Amino acid sequence: MPSDVFAADPFLPDLYRVGKVRRELADAVTLELEPQSGPRPDFRPGQFNMLYAFGVGEVAISMSASARLGTGFVHTVRNAGAVSGALARLEPGATLGVRGPFGTGWPVVKAEGRDVLIVAGGLGLAPLRPAIQDVLAHRERYGRVTILVGCRSPHDILYQHDLEEWRQRLDVTVEVTVDHAGTDWHGDVGFVTTLIPRSPFDPDKTVAMVCGPEVMMRFAASALLKAGVPASEIHLSMERNMKCAIGLCGHCQFGPTFVCKDGPVFPLDRISGLLAVQEI
Amino acid sequence: MSIETMDRILASQAFFADFPAEFVELLAGCARNQHFKAGEYLIREGDPADRFFLVRQGKVALEITAPARAPVIVTTLGEGEIVGVSWLIPPYRAEFDARAVEPVRAIGIDAKCLRGKCEADHHLGYEMMKRFLPVMVKRLHATRLQILDVYGQP
Repeated sequence: MPSDVFAADPFLPDLYRVGKVRRELADAVTLELEPQSGPRPDFRPGQFNMLYAFGVGEVAISMSASARLGTGFVHTVRNAGAVSGALARLEPGATLGVRGPFGTGWPVVKAEGRDVLIVAGGLGLAPLRPAIQDVLAHRERYGRVTILVGCRSPHDILYQHDLEEWRQRLDVTVEVTVDHAGTDWHGDVGFVTTLIPRSPFDPDKTVAMVCGPEVMMRFAASALLKAGVPASEIHLSMERNMKCAIGLCGHCQFGPTFVCKDGPVFPLDRISGLLAVQEI
Repeated sequence: MSIETMDRILASQAFFADFPAEFVELLAGCARNQHFKAGEYLIREGDPADRFFLVRQGKVALEITAPARAPVIVTTLGEGEIVGVSWLIPPYRAEFDARAVEPVRAIGIDAKCLRGKCEADHHLGYEMMKRFLPVMVKRLHATRLQILDVYGQP
């Protein structure tokens, strides 16, 4: 945890104003947030903020655009409950509270010189997008870069404009698969794990970053292990109900770790024994 | 210019890695190269399952047609993958439509011919089963995950 985060009271949110709002999916929007005073703190891909909808509550949401790309924060929020629903309904000019950034990030720097394999499921592409943007900003520092995306149907593909832009580059492999589709869909159909054996990466020199529903991550991790990627090089972003975000309250306890403080990004070898435990 | 023989083509496919040479020869006797234009069907649901394919290039969609509904794609298959497993299971009828989404180059295997050879030589039958069973299990697992609808609202 960067110490500068706690220079001020870690429970006191800073005020941010909603700039642009982009509707991504029927139930998800991307909010661009600008600080109302002072500069936005720096952050790493994979970290999260606690977003506070006044009078409703606070929820942990990962940053969904690289720190290099603006002066504020970008968050993609899915309307999945009272707080996220209130956030997803915010309009340009609205004010909200922001605490953060918190947590660990994706190993973007550690992955330099290696192949990078991104595996995203559903809204899991949002926390991975800053990592992809940073890798592509310094493309020459990496080996093969492969982005695999799985989602429910062709109508549920997040960031279609980005995927199209990345696909048009000649130095990135982008594959999208959906769980079901009509015959007007010309892409792949099947669970995202089916893309892994078809993808071009050298398992001995690959860093994999995986984000999505936990079941999807478990099976993606299993497919990556089967493909020969070591557990220490497979990184997952875990999600638990977070409250304090600084490892005090215990709401997000995940075995011997706290997701807010020790995660959300964990190497698989640190948590593999916990993924199939029902009570955790 | 050298002409690639079917045995060599088959032996170079990952699906038949470590397949004994004498069985590759037997298999080659039932195999031929086939091409399909985008939109053409490799297999139609309900037809006798007397052929299966190993895709060399292109993409194939497995589809189900429900009455009064547009067909639904349940999975897509690409290079190195098998299209058609019903040839192994009585009553040997195709369960899905298999449509070329884009131009497809495949090795078509005469499954009736191969079934006969498998019956005559159970070692060959066992080698085929060892390759087809993992394909079927993998697809069953993937289908279970699709059914879970993991990307739906939490």
